[in-house]
Formats: sequence, structure tokens, C-alpha cells
Amino acid sequence: MAALIVDDVLDVTRVRADFPVYDRRREPPLVFLDSAASSHKPRAVLDAMDDYYRTTHANVHRGVYAMAEEATARFEAARAKVARFIGAASSREVLFTKNATESLNLVAHSWGRANLRRGDVVVLTEMEHHANLVPWLLLADQLDLRLRYLGITDDGLLDTSDLETALDGARLVGLTAMSNVLGTLTPVRQVADAAHAAGAVVVVDASQYVPHLVTDVAALGADFLAFTGHKMLGPTGIGVLWGREALLEAMPPFLGGGEMISDVRLDGFTCNELPWKFEAGTPPIAEAIGLGAAVGELERYGMEAVRAHEVALTSYALRTLAGRYGDELVVHGPADPCGRGGVLSFSFRGIHPHDISQVLDQAGVCVRAGHHCAKPLMRRLGVGATARASFYVYNDEADVDALADALDSCSELFCF
Amino acid sequence: MAGLEDLYREIILDHYRNPRNRGELDCPPARRAEGFNPLCGDEIVIYLDLDDDGRVADLKISGQGCSISQSSASMMSQAVKGCTVEEVRALNTAFKALMTIHESRLDGNGNEIGGETGGDGSGTDTPVPDPRVSLGDLAALQGVVKFPVRIKCATLAWNTLTQAL
Repeated sequence: MAALIVDDVLDVTRVRADFPVYDRRREPPLVFLDSAASSHKPRAVLDAMDDYYRTTHANVHRGVYAMAEEATARFEAARAKVARFIGAASSREVLFTKNATESLNLVAHSWGRANLRRGDVVVLTEMEHHANLVPWLLLADQLDLRLRYLGITDDGLLDTSDLETALDGARLVGLTAMSNVLGTLTPVRQVADAAHAAGAVVVVDASQYVPHLVTDVAALGADFLAFTGHKMLGPTGIGVLWGREALLEAMPPFLGGGEMISDVRLDGFTCNELPWKFEAGTPPIAEAIGLGAAVGELERYGMEAVRAHEVALTSYALRTLAGRYGDELVVHGPADPCGRGGVLSFSFRGIHPHDISQVLDQAGVCVRAGHHCAKPLMRRLGVGATARASFYVYNDEADVDALADALDSCSELFCF
Repeated sequence: MAGLEDLYREIILDHYRNPRNRGELDCPPARRAEGFNPLCGDEIVIYLDLDDDGRVADLKISGQGCSISQSSASMMSQAVKGCTVEEVRALNTAFKALMTIHESRLDGNGNEIGGETGGDGSGTDTPVPDPRVSLGDLAALQGVVKFPVRIKCATLAWNTLTQAL
């Protein structure tokens, strides 16, 4: 196999060869800059899922026959890969869910209902995705909780200037590790330490973090960490909730049904052990196997190399766009490429993001337009929506140039 | 792929650059309705003043959005002034039909196919327009149906007006 990394740099041409979406000839060629919404899938992921269905499919944890054992083995091997990838102490701490949203709802329903009482304080941040806001808004309504928010600074960083006061009396703190709008990397460890000192449990939405940076749950200091498969080269329909084993052990189950029990009587039931206690019903088996393959690909690239590639590309994009458009293009979020991920939300010459995205599409450039499921953050930024370009392993400087070129066409149509 | 010229016609850009009937009205006597496009975050507020005969005496629009939602709102505001509520409803039906019939004939790539069903995403049945109703400038928005995700932009003002009626 030819080297994917040459002189510490990811070889994008070689990486791209792994992704069938680039095989199809298009005119104009595909410039995919929307991986923060969902990434493309490498051949290894598609093959792993396909092979499972073609050769080994059987329900897991049930059949005694060899094929069912093989299906279970592949499914649990995927869990072990994910556990190792994020530095979990054991596979027992890795729960498969449908997506990050379900993972966060699991924490709210299970841990939240068992541990939070009327008047308790939950602290979130102004830059959360709706997935880490609405479950808590729902719970606050039902349990009469008090919600408090950590703000953001004008340069898009999490405002930790008065963390002790903000966290005083908090029972739970929820924060994103990386904003899906601003790209901001938040000081998870600092917030987690302060939260623990205040007696709170820490839930981290790592949907944008795990796909792009080396993840070590112990180093982050989190108690729960949620992420999704489809943003990290894996399929849709599979998410992960990592939780500290002691917390998960003490929590009541989330959904009830098959798989999550060890015994059922007409007057009650006994829970299965971790992690299956939280996996009611037939799980997304092929999707878990696909996620395991995705983790394998990311490990092959090396997460340090992935991060270095994205810092370099983000840096190039910030320079290029500033050089080309100056003050007429505003990139929201931190200016330092090392303090952010490869997510560039921008406003351009007053042109509505929907119109920007539509015009860019004519040049084959795919960017997201909208509020990115972060409406409170949009209000904080004083915009209704933004256009967002985001990078991953298959993007290169030519993609950034194509974006910059295509923005000229927006000006032609809409600037008057 | 459908061309941008189908979407961004000159008259649409003109209404976007120079939106008609922007502003607010005192409530009461005017009625106020808000509409949101959950997809893109567009927001529109419609102020509707009906006179004693049930005609649209005045209508103002505020909020923010893309060229399609803003121009559609602007053209709508011109079209419905002086209309009775029934006439407004007939225009609404005709406009929804414009946004629906064509969509039903398009596949995901904007190419025409022989489809039977369609919709503007609101889950309602295909409306039957009164052939006597003329859409005037609004017909310029017909190209939007080749860009199905933008149909909700075009219908936002109309759905909000319907709430206000």
C-alpha cells in the first residue's frame, strides 16, 4: 500500500481514491464542503457493511449457530474499536445509539430523571446544537429545572471568565467540544474540572470533535460523551454514547424491550449488564460494523495527521478568503486555526446564505446554508443564517480555491 | 441541472432589491402573523389590515430571508392589496398550484418525469386553482419548482398570510 502520509502531510489524492463518490465524473467536478453535516464514506466502510449483509447477517446475541456467533463477533469487535479510538476504559462504557441526538436524549431521560429534582440547575452554552439544548429544555419543562448558559465572547470563544459563579450549584453541565457553526474548540477539561468541583456531571457533545481530533475521554474529563457515526466516515443510523461505568451502572434503562434485560417476569424485570442494558431491541448491526470500519480508516490515516491536515487547510482558507474579499467576507468564530476546527461559517456581502449556496452549487461547490440547528447562537451572532464550508480528509486547497472563485458569481447576481 | 436563470429572473431580483410594502402596521387594528422556515431560519412577519368590506386595505411585511422568500413576499403584497379575503384565498390556491403541479413532474435533478402526486411539503392535497385567477408577476416564481428545496422559501409568505386571514 502506498503511503497515505508523505512528510507528515495527508496525501489527499490517495485519500480521495478511497471514496467512491469521487469516482463519478461530474461537470463541474464535485467540491464537497459539507462534511460537518455528514461526511462521505470510504470503500472500506461500504465493503464492511456489504460483506456483513452478504455473508454473515444474523441477529446478534441470540442465535447459537455459527453465523449468528460471527455476526455478534463483528458487532462487538466494532464496539471494541470505538472504545479504543476514544480511550474508553472498557467496551462496557460504549453504548450504540441511533445518533448523537439519541445519545444526549438518553442522558437526559435516564440520568436526568433519576438525579435531577425541581429547581436544580443545568448549565449549557450559547453555542450548543439543538441536540444538546432541546432535550434539556424538555426536561426543564417537565421537572421544573433552572437552565443557565455560558456565553460566548465576541471572537467566538466560550466565555469562561466567571466559571465558578456560572457553575455554582449546578447539577449538570452540557457543552459542545467543538461548535458546528463557529468551529470553536471549547476548553472541555477546564469546564469539566470546574463542574466537578461544583458537584456537577459533565455531558460533552463531541459530534464535531471525534471525527477530527484525537479523542481521549479521560483527558477531556467528561462523564458522558456523545457523537455520531455519519460525520466520521461511518454510516447514518449509528451513534455512540460513552459514559463512565459507575454512572451507567447506577442509571435506569432508557428504552425497554428485548436485549436490555436478563430476566422478565410478569411482575417485573432484571436489567441486562452494560452496555446492553441501554440497547433495547435489535441494534443497527451493519451500521455498527460500518462505524468500526470507519474508525479503522481514521486510524490508518492517523488522527494527528487528520488534525494537522485540517489546521493547514483552515489556515489556507482563512488566508485565501481574507486576501480575496477582505472585510466583505466575515468568517464567524476564532481567527486562530489552532483554536478551531475546519468549519467556516461566513457572511458575504449581505447575500443570503441560501442564495450563496444555490449559486455555489452551479460550480459544483456544496456548502450548507441555514441556522445549522443552532438558532440561539444565530441570534447571538445577530444573523438569521450563515453559509458554512467544512473540511475533511478528502478536501484540499483546490477545493478552497473553487469556493473562493465561485463566490464571485454570487456577487455578480446579488450585489447592486 | 436546472439553470440559475430559471430561478433568479430579473423581476425576482428587482423585488428582492426593492421590496414593496416593507414595514409594520399598528396592531390592532391590523392583524399580525409570523412565519418561519425551519430549514434556513428565514422569518417573516405580515401585518394585514382589512377594511369594513373585508378587503385588504393595507399589508406590510417585515423579517428577513433569501431572495426567493423576500421577492415572493413583495410580489404577494402587491397582488393582494384591494382583494377580498376570497380573492386572496383564490390567489393563494393558484400560487400553490404553480408551486405544486410542476414539482410533481420533477425528479430530484430538476428533470421532468411523469409523476402523479406532488406537494409543497405542507402535506396538503394538490390545490385546484380557479382558471380565471391571474398571478401576474408571481408567475415569474415558476422556476422555483425546479429547485424543490426552495419551494418552501417561495410559499413562506403565502402560508403566513393564510394564518393572518
